[in-house]
Amino acid sequence: MAQSKLSADRRGWPFYALGAVFVAYVVFLYGPMVCIYLLSFQGPQGGLSFPMRGVSLHWFDQLIEQGDTGDLMGALSRSIPLALIVMALTVLISLAGGLAFRSRFPGSGTLFYLVIASLVAPGYVLSIGIGLMFQMFGFETNWYTSALGAQLSWTLPFGLLIMFAIFGRFSRSYEEASRDLGANQLQTMWLVVVPILLPGMIAVALFGFTLSYDEFARTLQTTGSTNTVPIEIWSMTQNVTSPSIYALGTLTTGLSFVVIGVSLGAIALIQRRRLGSVAGQE
Amino acid sequence: MDIETLVPMNASTATGRGAVELAGIVKRYADGTLAVDGINLRIASGTYCCLLGPSGCGKTTMLRMIAGHETPSDGEILIDGGNVVGLSPRERGTAMMFQSYALFPHLNVRDNVAFTLRVRGIGKAERYREADRVIEQVQLTELAQRLPAQLSGGQQQRVALARAIITRPRVLLLDEPLSALDEFLRLQMRSELRELQRQLGITFIHVTHTQLEAVAVADQVVVMDRGHVVQSDPARTVYAEPRSAYVARFMGGQNVLAGKLESVADGLATLRDAAGRGFALRVGGAVRATGQRLQFSVRRDHVRIAKLAGATVPPLNAVVGLVRAVEYQGTFVKVTLTLDAAAAEDDPFVAYVEEGDYFAGPIGIADRAVAWWEMDEMHALAAE
Repeated sequence: MAQSKLSADRRGWPFYALGAVFVAYVVFLYGPMVCIYLLSFQGPQGGLSFPMRGVSLHWFDQLIEQGDTGDLMGALSRSIPLALIVMALTVLISLAGGLAFRSRFPGSGTLFYLVIASLVAPGYVLSIGIGLMFQMFGFETNWYTSALGAQLSWTLPFGLLIMFAIFGRFSRSYEEASRDLGANQLQTMWLVVVPILLPGMIAVALFGFTLSYDEFARTLQTTGSTNTVPIEIWSMTQNVTSPSIYALGTLTTGLSFVVIGVSLGAIALIQRRRLGSVAGQE
Repeated sequence: MDIETLVPMNASTATGRGAVELAGIVKRYADGTLAVDGINLRIASGTYCCLLGPSGCGKTTMLRMIAGHETPSDGEILIDGGNVVGLSPRERGTAMMFQSYALFPHLNVRDNVAFTLRVRGIGKAERYREADRVIEQVQLTELAQRLPAQLSGGQQQRVALARAIITRPRVLLLDEPLSALDEFLRLQMRSELRELQRQLGITFIHVTHTQLEAVAVADQVVVMDRGHVVQSDPARTVYAEPRSAYVARFMGGQNVLAGKLESVADGLATLRDAAGRGFALRVGGAVRATGQRLQFSVRRDHVRIAKLAGATVPPLNAVVGLVRAVEYQGTFVKVTLTLDAAAAEDDPFVAYVEEGDYFAGPIGIADRAVAWWEMDEMHALAAE
């Protein structure tokens, strides 16, 4: 009796198996990242691999000076506005879609599968298709036209799926109550629906921004003659053989963290403000 | 308490006191189901009315149509004589309190209550002054800065009430207002609702599936079944004189029995049931044919019961059965009998025995017992 109870308390092999999977995950995710961050601070005499020959900001310097390693600043000046536009459109369109999909309408099932199919379609093939189509109609491919469309085909399904999850917890009675209290549709949307859904909308915005900023496959054939950041990095890996490439990795990761930090900070601020009014009272 | 000094917020609320009339209301959904099937109902102004029925009987649909959140497929809804179908809740002068209260989670108590004034374009100072006054009326002044999530169920309900009454509606619609509360709060809020209705003098329409809640608060109890109104009467009438076996069973507190009519003379009918038991009761002026099946009800608390051993069984208006369950209920004891020769679908017979009487001569499970009653305690039911 006591024996069997003891063995029941002992951790079984699934614990160690799952533990091993987790350790492997952490090593594969953070190991390479740490290597790249470290090597980006390589000394001026250092190479592309360990050991470090001193510590410097030399390669960051090299990176910023255009010409030597490629047009990173130019790429950033396209990628950031593009990511912001994609973010705004993703939030707006998936909010509207989420509102619409709360009730069944003729063709709602088909429409849903059409949207979701875009997640399954291979991005690179889609990218070639969009490129070809623009060529056929004689439009110039550009980051703010063809690339924007290609990226939205990727971010909108995600945004919509997140919105479904958000609306799953959103009761219609809020809108009915608002209407009951005399609010018109615009007031209901602005004073009730949007504030309640705001944290979820920020999550969608964050998704839209990072998916766009990081998007490669769908952008490769649609961005035209000027590159976005991932494509610029990819083309640098083809011809740059200095730690500048690592410096670039460190910089872009830093930017991603800034975006995530700002978003989470905004969510925390909203919650603090909502609770803060109470703290002031007590 | 100073509701009369509240500024009327729109013209419609200033006139009338909320007489509601439903004429031939039908609600048919797209898939063809009839939620409400031809309801005619009159609710006098200043009445506390309960719509009572099991889930799915159409009572909430009815309420939502009066509120203007659903449109009837057919029929008219009149408030103080004017047809309001197609009007917004604000134009109707109604306000609704939702089942889950639907308090806006991002607004504090004061902003929730002031919401309706805000969307009507009333300035901050004025709307907060009005809100604070109503918040005081529901005794929530200390909690005015709290968010709904930081309030208890009872406090949330008061916020919902304050939010609904701030513009002095003619009709306040309450969808299962007490269902989210625990038993103790339910009883407390029930009397507060009744008191508030008395103070405001407006019409309250309150949807519930709890019989005791309805008879406790309402002037008028409307019993519904499958989209129809089966009885609309003062609370006491619905409880003591149910119109049909459905109402008698649903309201509870009644035994429903039946027999074939043997004779009718001078409004006095004699019946005999399948087991050979004889009953006699007054049936009023209605014309009835012998051989017809007639159902009647007997109040459970107006039945006397004794062990069969040593008792004489009266020839009329008495039943004999086996005691199946005895439940102590505090002020009375519930004794459940399975009657002799009972069919499987028959209801068990229940007697509520006053506590003192029961313990003077207790009856145990598996005892055989006789239950009898006076003819005046019997009430003939309409055929369904």
